[in-house]
Amino acid sequence: MENKPLYSVAATFDDVNKLIKAVDKVNEAGYTIYDVHSPYPIHGMPKAMKLKPSKLGFVTLIFGLSGAIFAFLFMYWVNVIDYPLIVGGKPFYQLPAYIPVMFEVTVLSASVFTIVWMLFIMFKFPNLSHPLLDTDYMKKVSVDRYGISIQAKDELFDLVKVKEFLKELGAEEVFEIYFKVDELKDKPKIFDKKFISFLALTTVIVSGITYFILNHLLFMSPFNWMHEQFRVDPQTTTTVFKDNFGMRNPVAGTVARGHLPYPFKGNPADAEKFLVNPLIPTKQVLELGKQKYLTFCSPCHGNFGEGDSRLRGQFPNPPTLHSDKLRNMKDGGIYHIITDGQNVMPSYASQITEEERWAIVHYIRVLQRSLNPKESDLR
Amino acid sequence: MRTIDYSIEPPVVEQNPSLSSINESIAKPLETKPTKGWYIAISISLTMLLIGAVSLGWTFYKGVGVWGVNQPVGWGFDIVNFVFWVGIGHAGTLISAILFLLRQRWRTSIARFAEAMTIFAVMCAGIFPAIHTGRPWLDGYLFPYPNQHALWVNFTSPLLWDVFAVSTYFTVSLVFWYIGLIPDLAALRDRTTNKIKKVVYSILSLGWRHSNRHWQHYEMAYLILAGFATPLVLSVHTIVSFDFAVSIMPGWHTTIFPPYFVAGAVFSGFAMVQNVLIIIRKVFKIEHIITLDTLEKMNKVMLATGMMVGYAYGMEFFIAWYSGNPIEQFVFLNRALGPYAWSYWIMVSCNVLFTQLFWFRKIRRSIPVMFVIAVLVNVGMWFERFVIVVTSLSRDYLPSSWGMYIPTIYDFGILIGSFGLFFTLIFLFIRTLPVVSIAEVKAVLPNSQPSHGGHN
Repeated sequence: MENKPLYSVAATFDDVNKLIKAVDKVNEAGYTIYDVHSPYPIHGMPKAMKLKPSKLGFVTLIFGLSGAIFAFLFMYWVNVIDYPLIVGGKPFYQLPAYIPVMFEVTVLSASVFTIVWMLFIMFKFPNLSHPLLDTDYMKKVSVDRYGISIQAKDELFDLVKVKEFLKELGAEEVFEIYFKVDELKDKPKIFDKKFISFLALTTVIVSGITYFILNHLLFMSPFNWMHEQFRVDPQTTTTVFKDNFGMRNPVAGTVARGHLPYPFKGNPADAEKFLVNPLIPTKQVLELGKQKYLTFCSPCHGNFGEGDSRLRGQFPNPPTLHSDKLRNMKDGGIYHIITDGQNVMPSYASQITEEERWAIVHYIRVLQRSLNPKESDLR
Repeated sequence: MRTIDYSIEPPVVEQNPSLSSINESIAKPLETKPTKGWYIAISISLTMLLIGAVSLGWTFYKGVGVWGVNQPVGWGFDIVNFVFWVGIGHAGTLISAILFLLRQRWRTSIARFAEAMTIFAVMCAGIFPAIHTGRPWLDGYLFPYPNQHALWVNFTSPLLWDVFAVSTYFTVSLVFWYIGLIPDLAALRDRTTNKIKKVVYSILSLGWRHSNRHWQHYEMAYLILAGFATPLVLSVHTIVSFDFAVSIMPGWHTTIFPPYFVAGAVFSGFAMVQNVLIIIRKVFKIEHIITLDTLEKMNKVMLATGMMVGYAYGMEFFIAWYSGNPIEQFVFLNRALGPYAWSYWIMVSCNVLFTQLFWFRKIRRSIPVMFVIAVLVNVGMWFERFVIVVTSLSRDYLPSSWGMYIPTIYDFGILIGSFGLFFTLIFLFIRTLPVVSIAEVKAVLPNSQPSHGGHN
């Protein structure tokens, strides 16, 4: 015991009124570094000990307000800036609907931070190595005794004098409390290197697990149940049909939408007679016709339909589109040639849709008019 | 007639026990071997929990299709149970925070237990919104976190407010409960002779040393927390009621819902606290700490809140008539006379009629009678949520889309399981932590505070 430094001299009292009087005397005698221990809070004790009112409320105010402001700004940023989404025809910024969440965040941050601040910053908890812990004195004041402990750090401290002084005040028992040097730490424990590294490790593990769960585990079996469904996928077998093919051929005679068979195959005369261009030569139609003409027709017929093939004699040059025969041919006839082919020219039905073919016909008319304008065009 | 002198506040604790005997009687259940009765009780509650776990496991495997929910009744037992359990939780915070602010000293002996009940009830409640989403492993998306889809939650939806309200409520209740436990854990630490217990209590009590320099801030913190918990508890059930009231469903779209829900929550919560306390005070022989006077006061609170709930039932009918809205009128007539009329009349009789018996002092002070009434109150409050959720959904605007809701055994299994979870946690709690706040009870004992003549 002797080689350990003295922490304090502590005395127990058996009556709360005696304690209050004793605290007054301790104050009068000029001791400042002392503490009073009791199993429950005693009314009027802060006043007797001349403690300043607790400033904890300011912590609450600051963290509560920051919570409210953070919640507001966050929701504003989400709803107005980062992810503007119209819900129920309401405006993006709608303060009344933000209030419940703002309130909850205010309460959460104010109450949690008040407690965290009090326990870990003000009280410097957790502190399991305080000299007073595990002493007989502590075991008494935690049940039914009241204690005063005057610390050796106090300027007026003198072991013999303090012990006598406390006995004079009516103390039941007087204890000398010693401590090991490493027991007394004034820094908050949460800034310990060990604790900080423990916290860092926990953070890494928790965020790692969270990342794994949210980005990998949720997409693994059996959590991806929405992917596993009772349906037949393409290229798989099935027992439903005799031939075990999952994919079926369409019923004979099925015609896909927009793919009606061409009725005038090998019959240009009827095509010219019966087919009528369904499109009117608007700007869009002509643009479409021009684009398709340049893509599919111009390699052989030339950009202006003059039969000047860009293929440089590797194919026989097609006739010019400006001949009288073609100028006088009805739209249906030209459409038939594109659809069915003629002489060396193959059918373009598989490359050019019906609408595009009619648009090309319009564009060919434009090219023809450009070289052989009518009287009326000159006016 | 007997006269009572109301100018003298009756003592909170009877028989004037000494400070050390408080420690003895409260720490006793933690230091003795559990009785046979406890083993029987926990095996029943664990069995119930197991039933719930099996039903839930099957639900996870097959999907929520095994429940009775359908079109148009998309909310069934899941939401009924959620609202019921959140309501149960409200008594704890009311007792620990609102009665603290109102300086009702009788709360000290029941506050700890009621707070623990709050936490367990909110845990039970939390299960239901989590599982009713159908794929509970995706519930992380309920919280706004920066995710790989670059999506954010809808902050203007009452369902999202609910996520914030319930999780805040749980966290703050837990903090409030823990902060109250610290001095008691320190007292247990100084008392125990068991090495393992010593380590556990030391860690949990964080090194609390009963210092008055700490008590000063501690009391301030407790006051601040009580000040925050009070509006919080009112906000939680208000927001739960917004889940209904913000919609345009007839029978839900009413402004009376927030106060009506809060009153109902306090009502059912007090009934549950009273039920469990009656058993605990008997089993642990702490009848002098949780006194008959305290129970009588709880019955008075139940009488008051029960009448508020009854007023709300009447007012809903009045407003339905007064609004002149035929659909609203139909919904309320349908509640009282339609296919679910039996549930409506169970609700009215349990919540409004039987509680009127508490006008009689004899009944308020008769333990078996008050126990039965409180059980009935909880049955009635469960049916209140059933009536609200199911009758409105089953018959709304279009008769062509009406439908009936018939719960399946899995619905009942999960309901039983939630009770199993609640009671299992309670039984574990009463064996591991002090069920009554040692420090708070000591502070209200006679002669525990300095007499005013000596010092001021």
